[in-house]
Amino acid sequence: MKLELSGITKTFGSLVADDHVDLTVEPGEIHALLGENGAGKTTLMNVLFGLMHPDSGDIALDGEVVHFPDPGAAVRHGIGMVHQHFMLVPVFTVAENVVLGFEPTRHFGLLDRRRARADIHRISQEFGLEVDPDALVEDLPVGVQQRVEILKALSRDAQLLILDEPTSVLTPNETEALFGIMRSLVASGRSILFITHKLKEVLAVADRITVMRAGAVIGTTTSHATTESELASMMVGRSVELVVQKEPARPGEVVLAVEDLTVEDGRGLTVVNHVSFEVRSGEILALAGVQGNGQTEIEEVLCGLIEVTAGRITLLGRDITRATPKARLRAGIAHVPEDRIRDGLVTSMTIADNLILDVFDVAPHARFGARNLREVARSAKEKLSDFDIRASSVDVLVSTLSGGNQQKVIVARELSRPTTLLVAAQPTRGLDVGSIEYVHRRIVEERDRGAAVVIISSELDEVLALGDRIAVIYRGAIMDVVDPSVGREAIGLLMAGVTGDGAAPAPTSVGTGQ
Amino acid sequence: MSDTGITVPATAPPASASSAKANAPGRWSRFFHWMVEANVVMVTALAIFSGLFVGAILIIATQANVLHAWSLLFSHPGTTVSVTFFTVGDAYRDLFTGSLGDPFVIGHAISTGHGLGQAFTPISETLLYASPLCVAGLAVGLGFRTGMFNIGGQGQLIAGAMAASYVGFEIDPPAIIHVPLCILAGFAGGAVAGFIPGFLKARTGAHEVIVTIMLNYVFLDLLVLALTTQPFQQPHQANAVGRTIFGSAELPRIFGQNLRVNVGVFIAIACALGVSWLLRRGTLGFGFRVVGANQDAAKVAGINVRQATILVLVISGGLAGLAGMISLCGSDYFLSAGYGGTVGFDCITVALLGRNRPIGIVLGSLLFAALNVGGRYMQASTGIPLDLASVIQAIIVFFVATPGLVNEVYRLRGMNVGQGLLTRGWAA
Repeated sequence: MKLELSGITKTFGSLVADDHVDLTVEPGEIHALLGENGAGKTTLMNVLFGLMHPDSGDIALDGEVVHFPDPGAAVRHGIGMVHQHFMLVPVFTVAENVVLGFEPTRHFGLLDRRRARADIHRISQEFGLEVDPDALVEDLPVGVQQRVEILKALSRDAQLLILDEPTSVLTPNETEALFGIMRSLVASGRSILFITHKLKEVLAVADRITVMRAGAVIGTTTSHATTESELASMMVGRSVELVVQKEPARPGEVVLAVEDLTVEDGRGLTVVNHVSFEVRSGEILALAGVQGNGQTEIEEVLCGLIEVTAGRITLLGRDITRATPKARLRAGIAHVPEDRIRDGLVTSMTIADNLILDVFDVAPHARFGARNLREVARSAKEKLSDFDIRASSVDVLVSTLSGGNQQKVIVARELSRPTTLLVAAQPTRGLDVGSIEYVHRRIVEERDRGAAVVIISSELDEVLALGDRIAVIYRGAIMDVVDPSVGREAIGLLMAGVTGDGAAPAPTSVGTGQ
Repeated sequence: MSDTGITVPATAPPASASSAKANAPGRWSRFFHWMVEANVVMVTALAIFSGLFVGAILIIATQANVLHAWSLLFSHPGTTVSVTFFTVGDAYRDLFTGSLGDPFVIGHAISTGHGLGQAFTPISETLLYASPLCVAGLAVGLGFRTGMFNIGGQGQLIAGAMAASYVGFEIDPPAIIHVPLCILAGFAGGAVAGFIPGFLKARTGAHEVIVTIMLNYVFLDLLVLALTTQPFQQPHQANAVGRTIFGSAELPRIFGQNLRVNVGVFIAIACALGVSWLLRRGTLGFGFRVVGANQDAAKVAGINVRQATILVLVISGGLAGLAGMISLCGSDYFLSAGYGGTVGFDCITVALLGRNRPIGIVLGSLLFAALNVGGRYMQASTGIPLDLASVIQAIIVFFVATPGLVNEVYRLRGMNVGQGLLTRGWAA
């Protein structure tokens, strides 16, 4: 199916989200729509899927102009959409979710489960989408949930599949699997519109690439004819540093020492297994590992959010193993949490309030139990410009900010205190190129100022770009601490639990790599 | 979705320091902004209008004389219209004069200086009724604003009233000491009752809605038990009636002995100002709000979530207890079984009516009190049952709580009625 969008314009008040956008997707191609957050990609897709109505412009399928008053109409015309946040009912099974809204029925309106299951089986087979139709969605890993979404679209006979930021929640392996599925889909003559802001993925999987910036199409190219840095500068509108510029580390005294740390989760399972490491001032230790191998727990333990089962944590020689989060903040630990919406921000509050979330009760923000709102607003304005947070005022609710700006609010808050140790987990997850560059630069600046930095990331690129030393964690234990120069493959193997000599993974306690 | 297209556009660099002052919104302009943005005045006015409109239909449908007049619709349409008009008009006139006073009587009393007491009795009664309701409403509103659903107003009110009454009848110092002691006792009694669900929630995660509701029964029965035993029971009484407090413990009346309105009004205003300050300016209140909005982020930011949880319910309970103290020391003077009546639940309505904002709760409690006091007068003078006033109250609250519905009914186009979100979900 050939899709042609011509002259699509959509405005929200005075904001032009999409400005005369033209886009053509040929049958059997993977077409990437690339752009920073707020470039108008999602709005365009919502228009295409009938969730929003364009102010002007036409949608044509195979040369015929169509109108989609609602998503149902789009589905009937063979358009399927996989949203960034899945629209699944967690307590339903895969089969139930797939047929939801289009249930095959027998007599008396009874749900025909057998047919539902058979349909899923057939589609799974055809495209290599392995899913157990009877599994509850809430029990499935994110990558498999995404497959269910794709199955759902395919079961409605989608000829054009829109994937909105499909990889933002996936591990590298799951991403690879998804790309395989995408290729088999286009091989069957379907087309895919792949929305993303990740350059590597675009080059890896897309046939053609359309770049959007500020609501307008900047250009269309093919993955053979372009490079990462060219795409990046098209997206951002200026040349972008894709490589983090940093001097070699000049490590000083030991700031953070973790000795023989063991953490058990609520069910008594060991999630962090006798881990020891040291971080010195002026160096960045990157904790690399596939999501769910204990690094989240290490982050939480360092910041006092969960309790240690055994072991000792010292900050500048002071034992903080059982210190409260507040005591640790005051001792100079800055924390950029992994889940910024859940742990880092109160989205229903203003930027100004979020910027002082951890120091709201101390001078100069408060005195004798009374908040100094004038000072709060003044310092917030200062940080807005210092940290390049794009917002119309400090009284704007954080929920209205883009992901990049939300992250900048957290970074601004955490780095405004005197920092001896910075713990940053997935600091650039879901951010656009410009924001990633900015956050990375800030982290390196903190290191150069003399802070010890722990980066927890599942993105190999980030680990390699930032880490002065890389500790690879697997099943709660540190496999090895390596120099970034050992390369992607070696680290990737360690992340998969394979040690250099091919021996079975064994927990290793590693000191500082001096 | 990562980019909805409505995220904040990349604006020019933020305002420089020089223009910062000009941009800083003052308290009043912000208040005004809030009113316009949430469209509170319009929605509330229309909600009141809707309540009165439905009430009028109910009067027409339930009053025998009006129904009879409607049977004459085709033969004597004039009669139908006039009877309907006068019956509804009389009812609402009585509702008004019964709660605020008759403007002519008040004018006459002021110009002649006679009958002042009588002229101002309705408004005095309304204020008397409103004071505890307002304080209890603040208790609920504070909880809602901080993500805590304190449904235990009734139990906490009883606990506060019991503590205040004990101090009131057990000792007899001069009023200047006795009244403040009763105030403290009332707050403390309610605070203890609020501490229990707070502690249980902080320690075990027990949901405060369940615990507070159950504690209502505990305190109701505890009260009956106390009133049938010493020292609470009135001596030489077989019934569950409490001892009368000493005169020195009574809240002083403001305008002489003829009008019952007392300093409870000032306590209510002070509480409203206090809660408003706490939520707006107090560091304690800020911590409460953060905990209420996002516990995880609060924890990460180093806020002691358990402590905040307990403190919110202690303060909220204390306010409810204070409400019990105000009605006990202000108008009732002795406890009885089921003390507080429906105030413990009406205060939830008042908090919703006031959109959980102190100023709104003050106005909401006044409206609620006026409808109640005026409704009783209406019943006495026209025979229209008090229940009608309750129905009107219910409908007003119904519409205030569903701004979207008001929007739909009155086609308020382009109005931002959905903004004044009343409460968050029931989830802890």
